[in-house]
Amino acid sequence: MLALAGLAVLFFALPFLGLLWRVPWSDAWELLTRRSSLDALRLSLITSLAATVVALVLGVPLAWVLARVGFPGRGLVRALCVLSMVLPPVVGGVALFAAFGRRGLVGGPLYDWFGIRLTFTTLGVVIAETFVSMPFLVLSVEAGLRGLDRRPEEAARTLGASRWYAFRRVTLPAVRPAVAAGAVLAWARALGEFGATITFAGNLPGRTQTTPLAVYLALQTDTGQALVLSLVLIVVSFVVLLALRDRWLGGDPAATR
Amino acid sequence: MRPQSTAPAASARRRWFVVAVLLGALGVVAACGSSTSTGSDAGPGSGPRGSITVFAAASLTEAFGELAEAFEDAEPDVSVTTSFAASSTLARQIQEGAPADVFASADEVTMQQVVDAGEVRGEPVVFATNSLEILVAPGNPEGITGLADLGSPGLLYVTAAPEVPIGTYATRALRAAGVEADPVSLEVDVKAVVTKVTSGEADAAIVYATDVAAAGGRAEGIAIPEEVDVGATYPMALTTGAANPGAARAWIDFVTGLRGREILGRYGFGAP
Repeated sequence: MLALAGLAVLFFALPFLGLLWRVPWSDAWELLTRRSSLDALRLSLITSLAATVVALVLGVPLAWVLARVGFPGRGLVRALCVLSMVLPPVVGGVALFAAFGRRGLVGGPLYDWFGIRLTFTTLGVVIAETFVSMPFLVLSVEAGLRGLDRRPEEAARTLGASRWYAFRRVTLPAVRPAVAAGAVLAWARALGEFGATITFAGNLPGRTQTTPLAVYLALQTDTGQALVLSLVLIVVSFVVLLALRDRWLGGDPAATR
Repeated sequence: MRPQSTAPAASARRRWFVVAVLLGALGVVAACGSSTSTGSDAGPGSGPRGSITVFAAASLTEAFGELAEAFEDAEPDVSVTTSFAASSTLARQIQEGAPADVFASADEVTMQQVVDAGEVRGEPVVFATNSLEILVAPGNPEGITGLADLGSPGLLYVTAAPEVPIGTYATRALRAAGVEADPVSLEVDVKAVVTKVTSGEADAAIVYATDVAAAGGRAEGIAIPEEVDVGATYPMALTTGAANPGAARAWIDFVTGLRGREILGRYGFGAP
């Protein structure tokens, strides 16, 4: 058992060790502070944070409905909402295209009537990233809500609290670890998104070229830059996962706080 | 209750852990050392046999597809596997050890990179040329008449990343015409550029004439005057890592021969 686990650890560790081994350390600072690198990193930061905010605003209510409201077809709705998590991202990109592109189901009317275009924009990047990362938040929060002890909530309601008050002052604080963990996972997923972004939003430095796209293109010309940017993404994600400690391994029941 | 003494059991487990890690590392090193064989070389006096892998620029997708079939018909003992992507992507893959027998690039700059990296056996041979055209949606809704229109504000002009051959060709053509066009996206290869226009997301792009032909009814082409059409040159070469150089050389001869030129010509490629 330990032996197999050891092999698994090796399997995960080797790619990162290999990366560390191939990074051109002497040029690293220059490669990192280059205009194209900084643009990509800054864009990645902004869009991934925006995507996380959208995921929170839309995802927490969704998780609440999925956890608390029994309705026919709930399983179907849940499956639909987390579908993008298991889809190959480029497929997600194609689907977004079909819905929000200039000739898309919704994007077509948006463009023809209001002149609004979502593709090739930073907003398009946020849409693509939200699409692939929100399921992580929804699942985490739903699990957290399901694992909650309902009694404090019910007690608040019987004491006269409105639904919204009870949610805000009793439920939400109790489920905060799950929301935080879900938000961080969603953010990390949004940060690493490539397939849907490049398909839907395109690739333009400063506007839509996020770090994963920059890495992909840098691979062809300047491997050093690709390696350095990859390292940054890995380190950031690693630190974030470490900081979460084990809280993201399934919902955090209120009892263990 | 006294805690159980776990010292002997723990050290035994630790030993197994270390053994497993070492074995794993050994396995990895061993796997790296062995080379995968992709094809068998032809023996003296017999025709080409086995399989070859051809890495070709994205713009060659349709033409090389037919060429591969025709070659397999002509040489039944050889099977051809093709891999299409931007020439720059393929060049990178070859330099990282990808198992290609032949590399066909859409420009000489990318081929030179592969030559400089020592991955080419012998001399590259130019097997085709191509010309540039403006690609627009059917019916030309934006009313584009020439390169100058690509600089119109509000027009969604899309091109490929500069490392990709068509990206550089397009920039040079625009510069030759004195036009400044801001692209809304830098795609990874010419086919992605074509898709952006045929799907309606972008209004116009500069692609190869062969791509306009290949798009059929999904797009229209607008000619570029010869003075600014920089034209494309396609070299092909045998790789040093080719596992089946005999059959690979037969492929190169086929493509550069009469039959190959005829097929390429039908797709819109010019003579070398």
